[in-house]
Amino acid sequence: MVTGIIGKKVGMTQLFAEDGTVQPATVLRAGPCVVAQVKNVDRDGYEAVQLGFVDAKTSKENKPSQGHFKAAGVPATRLRREVTLKAGGDPVKPGDQVNVSMFANGDRVDVIGTSRGKGFQGVVKRHHFAGGRASHGSMFHRAPGSIGASSYPSRVVKGMRMAGHMGADRVTVRNLKVLRVDAENNLLLVEGAVPGGPNAIVVIRKAIAAKPIRVAQVEPVKKKGKK
Amino acid sequence: MSAAMELVEKAQLTTKPEMKPGDTVKVHVKVREGDKERIQIFEGIIIGVRRGGIRASFTVRKVSFGQGVERIFPMHSPSIAKVEVIRSARVRRAKLYFLRTLKGKAARMKETARRVTP
Repeated sequence: MVTGIIGKKVGMTQLFAEDGTVQPATVLRAGPCVVAQVKNVDRDGYEAVQLGFVDAKTSKENKPSQGHFKAAGVPATRLRREVTLKAGGDPVKPGDQVNVSMFANGDRVDVIGTSRGKGFQGVVKRHHFAGGRASHGSMFHRAPGSIGASSYPSRVVKGMRMAGHMGADRVTVRNLKVLRVDAENNLLLVEGAVPGGPNAIVVIRKAIAAKPIRVAQVEPVKKKGKK
Repeated sequence: MSAAMELVEKAQLTTKPEMKPGDTVKVHVKVREGDKERIQIFEGIIIGVRRGGIRASFTVRKVSFGQGVERIFPMHSPSIAKVEVIRSARVRRAKLYFLRTLKGKAARMKETARRVTP
């Protein structure tokens, strides 16, 4: 059983519940995907499948890649990601379709993507340092301060938080709730935010550590004492 | 807006009468009490409208027992049963926040011909 699917972030919106409460939601265009390669323990050392995101744009591939797709018997896809396999279900073979109907409303999913790049940032933004006072003669504003002692150890310890490149990292957001599955239009709505901006490429997989979904226990309202 | 986003949002949009800042409106709000539901009316002047598809909202201000009260309603919330436009006034700005500092006679506004609401 394939555990994930490739998607693209469309954007965020909100959904109204029956009682008027609002849920923040991210719209993802998920799939359709096609299995381009099945990896197994004997040949590759682990079990996984390579998925290709079926797109309107045709893919220009070099000779080795063309051969890769030819072996699977599927048209070349530009976007490819690997997802793991789970025991159970039909055996997966190259050319199989994977679409958004693998998820159901209320499921928990993990979304893996690349966060928005922030460029070179100082310690206040990058590591949430407090910084100094802006006025009243303060001469210490957004500088990092001391980065260690002098004669001992005479070096900066490894992992010292400093200014540098921020964002554009691989980020996994776990246990997002699936709010809606639209198999007809290949859309998936999940609760909350996912990494990256619009058109960001994400992998949506079944949550590996799914939390049970809490249902609010409503206490019966006691009638006010009417005598 | 992308077509996919429209697909998601369009189903949730509700039709409301044309509302402008300066209009006096009656907002019929569904209130749940236990398992019973009733309608509560909030009447006041619209002092601002925020556009933006499904995220649109409007702010209604009224003076209740001498205390100014403002309530922000999501335009397309299912808990709004109905909005009635009672009166329209001539106003010259989009956000009528200046009404917060005025009271009594000074907070009156000149009425304009009421638009026919469909």
